[in-house]
Amino acid sequence: MLKVITGNEAAAYGALLCRPKIVCAYPITPQSRIPELLSEFHAEGLLKGEFINVESEMSALSYVIGAAQAGARVFTATSSQGLAWMHEGLHWAVGARLPIVLVNVNRPLAPPWNLTCEHTDSLSQRDTGWLQFYCESNQEILDTVIQAYKIAESVTLPCMVCLDGVYLSYFAESVDIPDQSKVDEYLPPFETTLAYDNRFRMFRRTPAEPLDYEQYDYMTNRYQLHKLENTCIDTALHSNEEFKLHFGRGYDPVEEYKCEDAEVVVLMSGSAVGTCRYVIDMLRDDGYRVGLVKLKMFRPFPKELVRKALHGREKIAVIDRDLSPGEGGIIYQEVKGALNINTRNHTTPVYGFISGLGGADISVELIKKAILYMIKEDPPEDEVIWLGKIKNVRADQDENTINIS
Amino acid sequence: MKILSIFPETEYLQSPHTACTGCGLSVAIRYFLKAIGEKIVFVMPPGCASVIVNIPKRAISYKGQPIGLLACPFGAAATFAAGFKTGLTMVGDLETVVVPWAGDGATFDIGFGAVSAAAERNEDFIYVCYDNEAYMNTGNQRSSATPKGATTYTNPFPVPKNEHKKDIMLILADHNIPYAATMTIAYPRDFMRKVQKAKGMKGFRFLHMFTPCPTGWRFPTEWTMKLSRLAVQTKVFPLFEVENGNRFILNKEPARIPLEEYLKVQGRFSHLNNQEIEEFKEKVEQRWEWLKWLGNYKNNRPEEHRGKYDGE
Repeated sequence: MLKVITGNEAAAYGALLCRPKIVCAYPITPQSRIPELLSEFHAEGLLKGEFINVESEMSALSYVIGAAQAGARVFTATSSQGLAWMHEGLHWAVGARLPIVLVNVNRPLAPPWNLTCEHTDSLSQRDTGWLQFYCESNQEILDTVIQAYKIAESVTLPCMVCLDGVYLSYFAESVDIPDQSKVDEYLPPFETTLAYDNRFRMFRRTPAEPLDYEQYDYMTNRYQLHKLENTCIDTALHSNEEFKLHFGRGYDPVEEYKCEDAEVVVLMSGSAVGTCRYVIDMLRDDGYRVGLVKLKMFRPFPKELVRKALHGREKIAVIDRDLSPGEGGIIYQEVKGALNINTRNHTTPVYGFISGLGGADISVELIKKAILYMIKEDPPEDEVIWLGKIKNVRADQDENTINIS
Repeated sequence: MKILSIFPETEYLQSPHTACTGCGLSVAIRYFLKAIGEKIVFVMPPGCASVIVNIPKRAISYKGQPIGLLACPFGAAATFAAGFKTGLTMVGDLETVVVPWAGDGATFDIGFGAVSAAAERNEDFIYVCYDNEAYMNTGNQRSSATPKGATTYTNPFPVPKNEHKKDIMLILADHNIPYAATMTIAYPRDFMRKVQKAKGMKGFRFLHMFTPCPTGWRFPTEWTMKLSRLAVQTKVFPLFEVENGNRFILNKEPARIPLEEYLKVQGRFSHLNNQEIEEFKEKVEQRWEWLKWLGNYKNNRPEEHRGKYDGE
C-alpha cells in the first residue's frame, strides 16, 4: 500500500509491522510522532502488544530491557538528549545481549538548544556496541526497522535505526507499506534462546551473573562480544539479500553510486545522500568522473566494504554531519582508520568536511563546492574543512565559505 | 515456640553467604523468602543485597536451583521490574512474583523518580526497600534516609547530617498505591503477615524494611535484633500499614522506653549532646503524632475502632 507519510510515521509503521509485544517510549522533539502514532495503533487495536507510557527515556529503555529479559520483542524510540540520558541502559542492553530495536531521530545535543539534525548524538554512542544504521529516505526507514529486528534477533544484539531529524522525521514522502503477511514471512515470531521457559534460564543473560562469574570473566565476555560484532556485517548483508527476495528492494551496508569508473568519491550517510546523488549526476554531465559511497551501517564499521569501495580512487571526500570537537568528523576518522590499516603507505588523500551541523542544510551548492574543492586542492590543507555558513566574529563576512578553520 | 511454628521450615538463604556478622538485611532476606516461596524473581540494583545473594553463587537457592535474580542499573530497579513483569505476562507467565529489592540509596535517592513513576502507574510487583539508613555497600555514605544527627563517612564528625530523613512511606502512600507497610526483623510474625498480605494483592506494593547495620552504625553485632525492636519501641521506626493511601493501620503501641536506649549503643550517634537528643526525640514524637492523626483522620473504619491498634 502506497501512502504519503513522514519519516517518524514510517518508523512507527515499521515497528507495527514487526508485531512488538511491548512498546515503550518517551516523547522528545523531533521524535514525538513515533510514540504518538504507535499509541494510536494501540488504541485502534492494530498494535497487539502493550503500549507503556513512562516518565523518562532512561525508564523507557529500562522497561524494554526488562521486557526483553523476559523474552518479549520490544521497541522504543528517542532522540538526542533522550539518547544521552539512556546511555547507561545502552551499555546494559549490549552486555545483557538483548535484541532491542531503538529508533533514534538524530538531533544535536544542547547547549545551545537545537531541534533539527546532526548525527553526533548517536555517533557518540558508537562504543556501546549497538548496531547502527542510518537512513536516507522514509521508505528506507520503514524497511530498515524491519531488517533491524531480523539482524538484532539473529545475533542477539541491540540495534539502533537512525533517521535525520526534520529532514526525514517531518517531511512526507510516498512510502510503500508492505503487507503484514509478507513481513511475517520475512520476520517470524521472536523465538529466542532467551525465552523464559523456566525461571533459572535468565541467569545466563544477567550481566556479571554469578553462575558465569568463574568461567567467563568480564574480559572473556568482551572478547566474545567483539568477535560477534564482526560477524554482524555478514548478517546484515545476508538479511538484506533475503529482504530483497521478499520485497524487491534492499539497502547494502555500503552502497556505491556511479562508482565504477570514478576517480574521486564522496562518502557520506543520512538524508543528505539523496542530495549528493543529484550533485553526482550533475557533475557527471559536466564530465567529472565522480562517485558516491553511501555508508548505511556505521556500527560495527564495515571496514572491508568501505576499503573495497574506496580502493584505487585518486581522492576521497568524507562529509560528516557530526563533530568530535578538536578531532573533526567521526566518520572521517573511521574511514581513515579503515584505510590506513589496510595499506600502511596509503597515500590517497582523504578530505574531511564538516557540514550541516545543527540542521544547516547540506545543499546542492555546498556538496558541489566540496567536490570541486577536492578536485582542485592538493593535498587537503587541514584535517577539518568547514563546509557551510559560519559567522565570522571579527569581520562582517557572513557568506557561504569553504575551509574556514 | 508458637512464633516459630508459623514459619515455613524451608530455607532459601543458604550458608555461606557474604553478609557481615550481625547483618539485619540477611535476616530480612531469609524471612522474606520463607514467606513468599520460590516462585519469585528478584530485580536487584547494586547494593548490599545484590552482593549477599550473588557471591557465592547459590546463596539464595531452592533444592539446589538458584532463585531467579536479575541485576539492573542503580537507578532503574522499579522500571526494570515493571518491564520484566509485563514481559512475563506477554510470554504467558502469570505466576512468578517480581520483586525489585533495593536499598535506601536506590529507592530514596537515585531511583526515586522511577519508583514514584512505577507507583503512579500502579505496576504489578512488590517493591522492597531495605533501609540501613546510608549507602552501606559502598562503605557508609549519607543517603536521604540517614537520620538527622547521624555521622557517616560523608558526614563525618564534627559535621553530622543536618537534614531529616525523607519520609518515603508517606510520600508513596500519597501515590494511592494498594499497599504500603513498614516492617522490621525483630517482629517476625508481623513481618510474615505483611509479606503474605502483599503477596495476595495486585498492583504496586511497597514494603519498607528496617535493617540495622552493625558495620555502618557501629554497634556490637549481637545488638541487631535488639536495635530493630528498640527502633519500634522508641517510635524511631513505627510499624504501620497504609491501604490505598487512605487506610492507616498502626500496628504496635510503642513501649515507654527512652530514646537514649536506642541511640547510646550506636557509634554514629555517640557525639549527640542532651540538646540534640531532645531535638531527635521531638522529631520522633512529632512524626508519631502525625501518623496517629492520619490514622484517625483518614481511616474509613467505624467509630468504635478508631484510635485502636490492630494487627498485634
